[in-house]
Amino acid sequence: MVPLFIALAIISGIGALLAATLVFAERVISNYGDVEVDINKGNKKLAMKGGGSLLETLTAQKIFIPSACGGRGTCGYCKVKVLEGAGPLLPTEEPYMDAEERSSGVRLSCQVKLRNDLKIELPAELLTIKEYVSVCEEIIDYTYDTKQFRLRLTDGQHMKYTPGQYVQVLAPQYEKSSEEVYRAYSISSDPADQAAIELIIRRVPDGICTTYLFDYLKVGDKVRINGPYGQFYLRDTTAPIIFIAGGSGIAPMKCILHNMKNTNNDRRAVFFFGIRTTKDLFLAEEMTRFETQLAQFKFVPVVSQPEPGAEWAGVTGRVTHIAEDYLRKQGNAHEHEGYLCGSPGMIESSIGILKKLGITEDKIYYDKFS
Amino acid sequence: MSLGSHMLHLSVILFAAIFTDNILLARFLGMCSFLSVSRQVKTAVGLGFAVVFVMTFTITLDWFAYRFVLQPYGIEYFRFILFIVIIAAFVQFVEMAIERYSPVLYHNLGIFLPLITVNCAILGASLFMVIRDYNLAEGIAFGFGSGAGWMLAIVAMAGIRERLNNARIPKGLQGPGITLIIAGIMALAFIGFTGVLSGG
Repeated sequence: MVPLFIALAIISGIGALLAATLVFAERVISNYGDVEVDINKGNKKLAMKGGGSLLETLTAQKIFIPSACGGRGTCGYCKVKVLEGAGPLLPTEEPYMDAEERSSGVRLSCQVKLRNDLKIELPAELLTIKEYVSVCEEIIDYTYDTKQFRLRLTDGQHMKYTPGQYVQVLAPQYEKSSEEVYRAYSISSDPADQAAIELIIRRVPDGICTTYLFDYLKVGDKVRINGPYGQFYLRDTTAPIIFIAGGSGIAPMKCILHNMKNTNNDRRAVFFFGIRTTKDLFLAEEMTRFETQLAQFKFVPVVSQPEPGAEWAGVTGRVTHIAEDYLRKQGNAHEHEGYLCGSPGMIESSIGILKKLGITEDKIYYDKFS
Repeated sequence: MSLGSHMLHLSVILFAAIFTDNILLARFLGMCSFLSVSRQVKTAVGLGFAVVFVMTFTITLDWFAYRFVLQPYGIEYFRFILFIVIIAAFVQFVEMAIERYSPVLYHNLGIFLPLITVNCAILGASLFMVIRDYNLAEGIAFGFGSGAGWMLAIVAMAGIRERLNNARIPKGLQGPGITLIIAGIMALAFIGFTGVLSGG
């Protein structure tokens, strides 16, 4: 029997040897060299380093696939259509795929490893998503818990977005968060100026990103954002529009309204803006101005619980019920297109009401804040 | 010992490990993945093969480590740490290798490998090998047999659980509850093998 420290040295030595073997093996065995990823049938070809997941490799190439879980295979958002070279569907992906996706080759890009050349298909809009560095130019207090942040893109860059889309804002590591997180916020500014964007953000108690933006970010600080994302934008038809939004859900509507003004869009449109108390109301003047600038636009703020003693001459009640009453009086309720933005609860009940009134689901567009 | 009786001796160890001394149903090792990955026969077979493979090879590696490192220096008391390290390194290495060279095998086996590193049946088999003072051939037979026994048990369990999907089970017993009861009944059934072989 040898003394304890020699025994420890022997065991540690074997452990170190095994670790070194593994490091060496990883260099040699897991070295897949460079692989080529063909995007949209030759539209774009990228030579990338093999071995990593498709998601992380694309991100490194500045192609941003939406993902909420950071590549752990638990959110199911990072779906990408792989035409060739991904191998069979893994058990870790199966729960997120329906029959159609299985047969058309949709995969979770965080689970697909780059071992050989790949052919993938991406929606064109994902290719326009870029990362930008911006400078916080102005912070405006709208209410006690809602602020507007104006971010100017650096280096004279412009962001080409469709009014209604959103961006992701990066909250860096700071006192209260040990990791970087991305959160999505709709663009609210006038799309005529694409060199800067405005975001209307409501504070989430203990939220990592809103706490950073509300308590730590100062005018002049740099903010990293990427985008634009999303399918929430005004469809090019002549159907009358009903907008329903709650709280900071007004943001994409404001952007869409700016654009309607810029393009002299004279579609019939009515905007029901739901808030809890009169203290939650903001942007009312701006909206009233749209009423004069747009031929057929009407703004209806709806307060659900006016505080006792508050002077409120406007509409009181649940925003969804008020919108329902309005549509019933129109006679042509089923011809409307519905645009919804706000809390999941508000969206769900609005969808229910619009469907009940004969608006089909493909005419209802929404952005859910969750 | 003649070759014939030697082979007989080895096959007794092998079959004892599979049936009479089943590492799962007689020793209750490797219960965690047994309970969680036994919903489908297909995945149970995959995990089963992975266990057979890893157990056979790690018991061999552990035998060499024990015989040529731990015993000569008289530091057998370090076997727990050393065996675990060897198992973990081996599993990592195999995962890397089959991911690179055999995508088909990786798809069927590889995704289960990380589950195995922490499967106590693997470490258990190596420790039994030490306690029973097996030589190399005996150790390999025992490792392969234990793996096969574990696979037999999990595949049988998965077969039963697939049938259970059509059974009406009281709410409080659904999931792990009924699975544990079945494991107990299976263990009772395996007691029937006791005395058939005397190698364990």
